[in-house]
Amino acid sequence: MNSEPRLVEVRKNVLKQNDLVARALRTRFREAGVFVASLVSSPGSGKTAFLEKALTQLRKAFRVAALVGDLATDNDAARLARSQAPVKQITTGTLCHLEAAMVQSALEGWNLSELDFLFIENVGNLVCPSSYDLGEAMRLVLLSVTEGEDKPLKYPTIFNSADVAIVTKIDLADAVEFDWATASANIQAVRPGMKVFKLSTKSGEGVEDFLKYLEGRLTEARRTSVA
Amino acid sequence: MHELSIAMSIVEFAEEEALRRGAKVSAVHLKLGALAGVVKSALQSSYEMACENTRLQGSQLIVEEVPVVVYCPSCRADRPLRSIQFFSCAECGAPTSQVVQGKELEVVALEIQE
Repeated sequence: MNSEPRLVEVRKNVLKQNDLVARALRTRFREAGVFVASLVSSPGSGKTAFLEKALTQLRKAFRVAALVGDLATDNDAARLARSQAPVKQITTGTLCHLEAAMVQSALEGWNLSELDFLFIENVGNLVCPSSYDLGEAMRLVLLSVTEGEDKPLKYPTIFNSADVAIVTKIDLADAVEFDWATASANIQAVRPGMKVFKLSTKSGEGVEDFLKYLEGRLTEARRTSVA
Repeated sequence: MHELSIAMSIVEFAEEEALRRGAKVSAVHLKLGALAGVVKSALQSSYEMACENTRLQGSQLIVEEVPVVVYCPSCRADRPLRSIQFFSCAECGAPTSQVVQGKELEVVALEIQE
């Protein structure tokens, strides 16, 4: 133990375990033909309300289910269950994000080939979930008009890690003087070319557009996985 | 605050290496990308906590911060990112989302004493 310290090279991706599980999930989802979308946002931006709406609407024509991450309660799962779709709660305790292994164990006993869409609602947090791949085909980041236009600039990492942005609560846009042009420019600054939807779960405005887009993505995913 | 669980994975890995080599690890070198979603200072203090009562107690975490590099479709080359709030080429200003480097969260070396 008296020798001089020496440097040894190693190579260890700290998140490798999560990445491996996520990759296995992604393959499983593709083989089962289920389109998986995850939702991230700050607390209170309307993830659960949006998801309840989406599940209720999509259920008319598709087989849908959801996993919902929450720190302590099962309130969200109870709300989502009103849509009649299968919903499973993942209680994370004090953990601020979902990890791929939690998704994997929550799916035990589910036959994924009986599903068209699976939604994974992450814990309300714009920081930590960005590092953890869950095997999803599409990551949605939600931003409500009441949060302000500069959220993307404050949390560029999560916006950059997402594929599609959804601006929620647009029925309140006038009341809070939401500046759409600034918000849009900020989103494009941190994630150039990102597709953005605007909607209100309350009035229903814009919901249909988004669900049409989702259907298109399912069709496309199934076509490319066959080819 | 997911830095603690990340610090614990780092310590766990370094402990395994220490045991395997029958050596003492005095420092862990980590590459940390600007887009990894991990705060350096939080990771440093979490690391100290995670080391307590392990073979790594008293060891140092040496973090090398890795800047973001993007592929610029206009320059047709890898370029530095203008800023994390502005995903565009630092040279020509063309917007781009193609991250080439900057998501690293990787232990690259250990300082050991045999």
